Amino acid sequence: MATLSDLNLNRRALPAPLPLDSGRELPGVELAYETYGELAADGGNAILLFHALTGDQFVASDQPLTGKPGWWVRMVGPGKVIDTDRFFVICANVIGGCMGSTGPSSIGPEGKPWGMEFPVITISDMVRAQVALLDQLGIGRLHAVVGGSMGGMQALSFAANYPDRAERVLAIATTARHSAQNIAFHEVGRQAIMADPEWQAGAYYESGKGPEKGLSVARMAAHITYLSEAGLTEKFGRRLQDRDSKTFGFDADFQIESYLRYQGLSFTNRFDANSYLYITRAMDYFDLAEEHGGMLADAFRKSDARFCLISFDTDWLYTTSDMREVVHALNAVAAPVSFVELSAPFGHDSFLLDVPALDRVMKGFLE
Amino acid sequence: MTLRADLAKIAELVPAGVRVLDVGCGSGELMAELRDAKGVDARGMEIDAAEVERAVARGLSVVQGDANRDLADYPDQAFDVAILSQTLQTAERPDWLLEQLLRVGKVAFVSFPNFAYWRMRLSLLWTGKMPNSRHLPANWYETANIHHTTIFDFLELAGERGIRVEGSWFFAAGREIGGANANWRAEHAVFQLSR
Repeated sequence: MATLSDLNLNRRALPAPLPLDSGRELPGVELAYETYGELAADGGNAILLFHALTGDQFVASDQPLTGKPGWWVRMVGPGKVIDTDRFFVICANVIGGCMGSTGPSSIGPEGKPWGMEFPVITISDMVRAQVALLDQLGIGRLHAVVGGSMGGMQALSFAANYPDRAERVLAIATTARHSAQNIAFHEVGRQAIMADPEWQAGAYYESGKGPEKGLSVARMAAHITYLSEAGLTEKFGRRLQDRDSKTFGFDADFQIESYLRYQGLSFTNRFDANSYLYITRAMDYFDLAEEHGGMLADAFRKSDARFCLISFDTDWLYTTSDMREVVHALNAVAAPVSFVELSAPFGHDSFLLDVPALDRVMKGFLE
Repeated sequence: MTLRADLAKIAELVPAGVRVLDVGCGSGELMAELRDAKGVDARGMEIDAAEVERAVARGLSVVQGDANRDLADYPDQAFDVAILSQTLQTAERPDWLLEQLLRVGKVAFVSFPNFAYWRMRLSLLWTGKMPNSRHLPANWYETANIHHTTIFDFLELAGERGIRVEGSWFFAAGREIGGANANWRAEHAVFQLSR
């Protein structure tokens, strides 16, 4: 398999150190990004897409490490819901990430990988970096910002902190605040990584090994939260994996075990464990109301964008009631907002999967 | 596109360029008409997800929500006009909903089916059963219309609550009729209200 350094990624260096919410600065920031479609002469057709926790900039083109299709190829492309014949779509790998943007695996100022010397970042830091990229690319006001899950957090953060920079804000299956339960699941994942002896306090890059077992367990735990119980039952039930009876041992007897082990293992081929620590931390710190004096409505008071919020009835990670809090805040400032809870069987992952009603709502909103 | 008579009347009465909230907006027929014909900044609330989806697909701003609760989230006087068409009789507390409507809107338009319409009266008199009609087609046990009202009842409530009736329009068989003896002649009524 190719490694990151073999790839010829589109990258842009930011002209100045990036100020961070922690008070620190991140020097030498590079963002890796992909674009689809053509930027109109007046620049008015640009859509900034934000990726989720383990996503990357390869929205609609093959992911070069895995060779798999882009994560939203069903939604983005010529003639699709986000029509690249009309729109110029930009997606950048977040800072802290591991697909070419500056993160804990990048070479730091001391000439070796940052590891745990990398500063703790926030969702609004990620957005600040991407706004700096827009400035570099000469893109002013966007037609829309769009994101699901952590991408939705970035979309809401963008709306709050750059209120005149996007005409439309589309946030799917997301929340304005990470709950105790959300933090708890992330902490399980982080502890799994840090408990792996190969983690080496984050300084594993030059050892040729890494905390693959820990990262794999983190991914397995998180993956459960992306699916609905009904979906799991329908897809796997209690069915056994390639065998007729239980082994009375600890092999992956059940299909669900085998599936999760595969998900965990394949994840380690494309994702850096320290990036997982830093990005989950950023999500846990996310509380848009707290950033704006405790009133979520105040976060949106200056915005002149139209909003569309979408939740899924089987998503128990970021629920409809989480989304309604955002709707209430937007109503309180009389912002133009649409909200709908769509019915889909796939849990949190519904935003990535085949939900025709999602396509119709998004298309209508983005027109 | 032809709007139902009561909606067409409301569309005619709403001034151009104002900000409107349509409570129980369905798939947004009235909102689309107000936006396209009058440049109105229209927002909607609708409880049915499939209707919301159709409205959003039309490019309208509609929130899926339950007016019986969610109307309380809007700030005072956030809208020039609040509209409640054919929804009053489905409310848990029509009086509360009216108060909310006049809190969030400076002016309200309310339309409802008049249960004192002569066909309703005759039907009840002759059959001794809850009337079914073109506009109220569901059986009593499954109808969403849990608070049937009449023009007289409505005016009485408005009077008790100090709600000013600025105008009223009446309809039968899909056409506008005069106001004389409206409580038995009108199938539908539209009221313009303020505080």
